[in-house]
Amino acid sequence: MSDSTLHLAVALDGLGWHPAAWRISPADPTAPLSPRWWATLAGEAERAALDMVTLEDSLDLQSGAADGPDGHTDQVRGRLDALLVAARIAPLTRHIGLLPTTSVTHTEPFHVSTAVATLDHVSGGRAGWRPRVSARRSEARHFGRRDLPILDPTRLDDPETVRLIGDLFAEAGDAVEVVRRLWDSWQDDAEIRDVATGRFVDRDRLHYINFTGRWFSVKGPSIVPRPPQGQPVVAALAHSSVPYAFAARHADVVFVTPADAGHAAAIVAEIRAAEEVVGRTGPPLRILADLLVLLDETPALARGRRARLNNLASTDLHSDATTFTGTPGQLADLIQEWQRSGLAGFRLRPAVLPDDLTAITRALVPALRDRNLFRAGYPGGTLRDLLGLPRPANRYAAESTA
Amino acid sequence: MPKQIILAAHFPGVNNTTVWSDPDSGSQIDFASFVHLARTAERGLFDFFFLAEGLRLREQRGRIHDLDVVGRPDTLTVLAALAAVTTHLGLAGTLNATFREPYELARQLATLDHLSGGRAAWNVVTTSDAFTGENFRRGGFLDRSLRYERAAEFVSATRQLWESWPADAVVGDRASGRYLSAADPGTFGHHGDQFDIAGHFTVPRSPQLHPVILQAGDSPDGREFAAASADAIFSRHGTLEAGQEFYRDVKSRLDRHGRQPDDLKIIPGVTVVLGDTDAEAQEKAHHIRRQQFSPQTALLLLEQLWNRDLSGHDPDGPLPTIDPDVSGEAISRGRAGMHADPVATARQWRTLAEEKGLGIRDLIIEVAGRQSFVGTPQQVAERMNHFVQSDAADGFILVPHLTPGGLDEFVDQVVPLLQEKRVFRTRYTGTTLREHLGLGAARPVSPTVASA
Repeated sequence: MSDSTLHLAVALDGLGWHPAAWRISPADPTAPLSPRWWATLAGEAERAALDMVTLEDSLDLQSGAADGPDGHTDQVRGRLDALLVAARIAPLTRHIGLLPTTSVTHTEPFHVSTAVATLDHVSGGRAGWRPRVSARRSEARHFGRRDLPILDPTRLDDPETVRLIGDLFAEAGDAVEVVRRLWDSWQDDAEIRDVATGRFVDRDRLHYINFTGRWFSVKGPSIVPRPPQGQPVVAALAHSSVPYAFAARHADVVFVTPADAGHAAAIVAEIRAAEEVVGRTGPPLRILADLLVLLDETPALARGRRARLNNLASTDLHSDATTFTGTPGQLADLIQEWQRSGLAGFRLRPAVLPDDLTAITRALVPALRDRNLFRAGYPGGTLRDLLGLPRPANRYAAESTA
Repeated sequence: MPKQIILAAHFPGVNNTTVWSDPDSGSQIDFASFVHLARTAERGLFDFFFLAEGLRLREQRGRIHDLDVVGRPDTLTVLAALAAVTTHLGLAGTLNATFREPYELARQLATLDHLSGGRAAWNVVTTSDAFTGENFRRGGFLDRSLRYERAAEFVSATRQLWESWPADAVVGDRASGRYLSAADPGTFGHHGDQFDIAGHFTVPRSPQLHPVILQAGDSPDGREFAAASADAIFSRHGTLEAGQEFYRDVKSRLDRHGRQPDDLKIIPGVTVVLGDTDAEAQEKAHHIRRQQFSPQTALLLLEQLWNRDLSGHDPDGPLPTIDPDVSGEAISRGRAGMHADPVATARQWRTLAEEKGLGIRDLIIEVAGRQSFVGTPQQVAERMNHFVQSDAADGFILVPHLTPGGLDEFVDQVVPLLQEKRVFRTRYTGTTLREHLGLGAARPVSPTVASA
């Protein structure tokens, strides 16, 4: 499949990305605690042959405050562990990629690596993973192993803050490096089951990763045999130069938040430059633009829905991603225009679930197909295959045959 | 009504109990293997499925141990996926408290409980093993004497987190716009020697409130920890008498903690070999033992007692004349020590080998643990029931030697006999694992919800 294929992901969270989504969603307000909810949404996305669903997560209550909870009683609070939700729906889906988010600031790289590798095994090669930096002091207090200051979102250029964020991303980079080395620590053919010699594995095909860094050391090998994709898909959400460089070094896919087509082109250029700077090898990042989408049959109906939601939330919608309000046809126009900026695709955040998801699957996707922009079905294969990413050679196998 | 038997299915592990050389041995990693065993257990109306955990590949003489099954999936991820293909079966896993933090594990287990409709269970283990610690940012920092202190504090903090969302926290009243009954739910604070944590938990109260807690230690500290904190013990006692003694001891400890004898279930791990006749079963059992103890494995187990490189010895030849090395560093790592007095044990083994004329492999087969129940389905059902009715156990965790079909025969042939005896359910009457096990509703540990 050529790289010009449009890639479409849907970001799932709670009852949708608008803070008042639960007020107008037909679903039970506690539906996100039920496995049925996630299975239904993933099944809907799969029927439209979307590339993947992403699942949000945080080691903290949802909050609009700089630190700790924000006192809201009128918004959805509480969330399940995203990786386990992905595992729960894996046996109920067949083709769609499953990409959960995991914090890497407070978790063990070994556990994360084996969990994502196992998700890849149980899903037959459909696992992805978004490592997330936890910079909030309130999250750190949940673990009691380090102190973090409260970051002032209006003073992110403060030198101390710059240093701290640099460190957190560097540490996250080490975590991804460990996770990836562990995925390679078993060669694909390590299991030999040789009855004559009594050996189950050829231990020369198992490798210590011997990672030593500023924050931690990990010996290896993994306990989980190499996942079907070799390396499950790693994605990063990035808004600025530090995370762009992080993505260029460590990720396969990057989610970005352009304001318009021109901005998208500028971001793509910045990311390509970052790939040069970090000496990226392997395929270039697949760059997907995030859009929060609020869809309806006419522009006026869509605007009315948005006004109703904002009114219910008694605030205007604040989002890191651009909000699109309009018809599926208009969204198809926008996708077609922005894609020319060098984007590989889009990650759509439905404002209200399941309504805006079904508008994507039942109206937007057919509109894109009418324009020959999106495939008619799944070609078969792994998530890497779907994204046009080759299965990487094992770094240790290459070493041991060199 | 006679005492009802608890049954659980252990996914075959990474030790020589699991026979991989048999033509019927399937993958230890393909999800289909887990589905097969879990569905077989559910077809047999078992209480729960059990999956152990690995955090470091075992080593012998500084090299990765390659004679047993090597490699396994992440416990929680497999259990969450199995929740999709089962409806009643409890889903239990070993999760090491040394290399985890309460906030993270509490939310994973509460998530599993939501995703399975109240079927989650946690086998609490700790390790002081710096060898395993080399895979973790925390390292092997835990002193051996602090293992149960950490386990107890971990469980206590975890239960506080599970209770941190009041039962009525989520209102979800669209008309009034009230999602929560009160702002900032999930408030918690735990300030102890192992953990000093505070904040807000993210997972609303799960169906069981407290997922079931299992514990597997047999030491006095382990028994006391179980009596104070666990819902079930995964024990290992071969004989009826040893089982009864353990059962009496552990149940007698409950009163001190304000608990009733039925609040803690005793479930030994057992193996079963079935045959159409007793002789056939015995013959099968012997064949399985020979598969479990290949010539290479026999030498390796001998090395673990001798703590010396014995790779030059003939597996069919006599035992080493030299005594075990008791001063050197252990040559086997990633596995608990098994011999209290290696020199004395070695002498016993030599004497036995000489008396019976056994070579190394046959001696190892002779001294290794026998399968727990060998016989016709009728005999096995009778013996298992006798074990339970005479208070040597409350039930069993069956450890099959084959993946994934190792429980098929048991479910088809023994379960119906236990049902005929009216000592095993003929349908699931509850939906949660606590209900299957006959445990009451979880009793909250927090006197009140902590205030911020």
